[in-house]
Amino acid sequence: MKHAFLKIKNGERVHRESIPHLPFDVFCDQLISFVFHKGHIVQFFAYMDPHCKWLVVLRNSELYVAGCDVPEKYLSFTLQYEKFHMFEREMAEQYAIKPMGHPWLKSVRYHHNYPGKPDCFGNDYFDDIPGCYPFYSIQGEDIHEVGVGPVHAGIIEPGHFRFNCIGEKVLHLEIQLGYQHRGVEQLMVKAPLKRLPIIIEGIAGDTAIANSICFSQAVEALSSISIDQDAQIARTIVLELERLSNHIGDLGALSHDVAFLMPAAYYGRIRGDFLNMLLLLSGNRFGKGWVRPGGVNDSITDDQRQQLIKSINLLRPQIEHVGDLLFNNSGVLARFESTGCVSAETSEKIGLVGVAGRASGSPYDVRHAFPSGFYTNLNNEPKIETTGDVLARAKVRYREIKRSLHIIETLLQHPNHSDMRRKAIPFHPSAFVVTLNEAWRGELSHCIITDKNGNILRYKVKDPSFHNWTGLALALRGQEISDFPLCNKSFNLSYCGFDL
Amino acid sequence: MIKCLRNRWEQGYRTSSYPKEKISLPERYRGKPVIKKDCDPKIIEDCAMNCPQEAIHPDQCTIDLGRCVFCGTCERIGKGQFVEFTNDFEFAFTQKKDCITDGHIPDLHQDANMPIKKLLGKSLQLRQVSAGGCNACEADTNVLNTPFFDLSRLGIQFVASPRHADGLLVTGPVTRNMKMALLQTYDAIPSPKIVIALGSCALSGGPFRDSPEISESLDSLLQVDLFIPGCPPHPLTILYALLAYFK
Ligand code: SF4
Ligand code: SF4
Repeated sequence: MKHAFLKIKNGERVHRESIPHLPFDVFCDQLISFVFHKGHIVQFFAYMDPHCKWLVVLRNSELYVAGCDVPEKYLSFTLQYEKFHMFEREMAEQYAIKPMGHPWLKSVRYHHNYPGKPDCFGNDYFDDIPGCYPFYSIQGEDIHEVGVGPVHAGIIEPGHFRFNCIGEKVLHLEIQLGYQHRGVEQLMVKAPLKRLPIIIEGIAGDTAIANSICFSQAVEALSSISIDQDAQIARTIVLELERLSNHIGDLGALSHDVAFLMPAAYYGRIRGDFLNMLLLLSGNRFGKGWVRPGGVNDSITDDQRQQLIKSINLLRPQIEHVGDLLFNNSGVLARFESTGCVSAETSEKIGLVGVAGRASGSPYDVRHAFPSGFYTNLNNEPKIETTGDVLARAKVRYREIKRSLHIIETLLQHPNHSDMRRKAIPFHPSAFVVTLNEAWRGELSHCIITDKNGNILRYKVKDPSFHNWTGLALALRGQEISDFPLCNKSFNLSYCGFDL
Repeated sequence: MIKCLRNRWEQGYRTSSYPKEKISLPERYRGKPVIKKDCDPKIIEDCAMNCPQEAIHPDQCTIDLGRCVFCGTCERIGKGQFVEFTNDFEFAFTQKKDCITDGHIPDLHQDANMPIKKLLGKSLQLRQVSAGGCNACEADTNVLNTPFFDLSRLGIQFVASPRHADGLLVTGPVTRNMKMALLQTYDAIPSPKIVIALGSCALSGGPFRDSPEISESLDSLLQVDLFIPGCPPHPLTILYALLAYFK
């Protein structure tokens, strides 16, 4: 396959002039053909400079970037490939670029478009009510609709779930988010530099570390700062701790949803132990305030290292024993097996990433495919499951828990004396950088474009949930509606990371 | 069955006896601040300038703990000469104005709302609404239900229906898209009811202050009885605040 896209590296700064700016038709043809040849979209977004432009970051075994000028409307790519579905809706909402013939063009988060153009969806946004949009509905005498949210029964984030059912069976689930929309991407352009790390850590608390690493790597690339190896190791340790706390919490929650309360209680507590390890290192249970451009704020002391080693030695057998209890219980297996299946084919079609992708046979893991920082020195060969059900997603997590423990134990063997490169250096003008990291949910990616004065012109964040919410909706098809909580937990996607 | 028993044995008894016994948090944890007024004004100025939340008022030598996200920048920059964060997690406020502090923090037990305390007696049922934010505040509220904290042993419960609740616990900066749902949930709670604002977002917009996508601050929408600062507050801070105010 021939194309004019520029090959780039994860976290490498490129001058904007070296990014191919293609004629619109050529761009469209090559983009479609790239996706046709099993290519995936990492980022696809619009920005103003001074008129509307597109930028796309693609991946196969390499990363590529290209851009073009955008007309106000064009023929929707989603008609050919489902992977474009959310990206096109997002661009329609953010920049009023209309994909003609898009099969389900409705707002993603419900807000004004950025340039203040006439709205694609005909909303005026003066009322603080999201909901001026249609829901997909199925007609028929025996069909009933169930609407859940935005306020749910537990202590969880807001989102609306609309089920179309026949009896107990779900024919279609539509997930409408946006309730948590705080305007992060716009704030990142307007706010002074000192606020940026705080806003970034507020994208998704459970992914604060991965987001901070993506942001810091992007800033480091734009300012030509290189950080020392111990700082990279320290970042790897906390990123794996973040993964551990979340995966363990998820296994506990899955167990809770099938009413097997022992593993739920044990894993719930052990998750807390990992959050406390983050507290020990960073002063915050979610690792906030620690990873910053230039390194990490305080190095890991020998005493802390010993404490971590000790805690992990204590917890490892407990994690395994509880895992043994969970995965060998026939009641649990009966509920996990064949529930919420996403086939490998569907996963490939919609571009699932992370745990959900690996559970459906797609071996993509950023730590392996595009490693950054200390991951370049580790063996990260991903292991997959192929059944794509709740059990597969649980198993992938369990395996990753063991892998993460191993990584952390290895890295804690040596004293860590990271140095912080604190000096603020102006960003390179007219530059572009994309950073990717394997957050615990999957591929997390940040992009920064700077203008000719070195100010941020566009900041783009893409949480793995941006791909994977569609996976959850499809997993529910043909399931009982009562399987929803279990399927939902097995994906455990981010509302706030999606809503931005 | 054998496995269940073996695991049960291994896990042992884990519930903490807080508030009867104190718990000590790691040194790096940033809790209640000590503010040193006699510090060199230049250092204070420097801290104020670098504070991402504009939470420091150098003229009054105060910090607005409603805005503060406890990032530790001021402590680091001033090498602790102006602000030092202790690992005391017991602090919360009943008045928004008290969040702006020179180090003095009123005793929450004294400020507790006696009529509400009497009315609710030994049990408190809360409905939580997440109105934006990063979900860490929710996560650290949820954690109170794990065996270590075991909130229900203290008579406090989070309920599903607002109709069963005595009050509302709000996290997040009240995004425009959640304002309506939040107010409707509030209306659905029978009176008299209390409102708790949890986390920097709910207190001041937190990291998202000045965004056009968030609405007025929570305390201008609803009367707030209890303010719990932090980003997120440590679960023990939440527990302390609930116990001191209601129990
Ligand atoms: S800890 Fe609080 S007061 Fe200090 S710099 Fe951070 S936000 Fe500002
Ligand atoms: S206060 Fe901080 S931790 Fe709580 S929701 Fe807001 S950003 Fe997240």
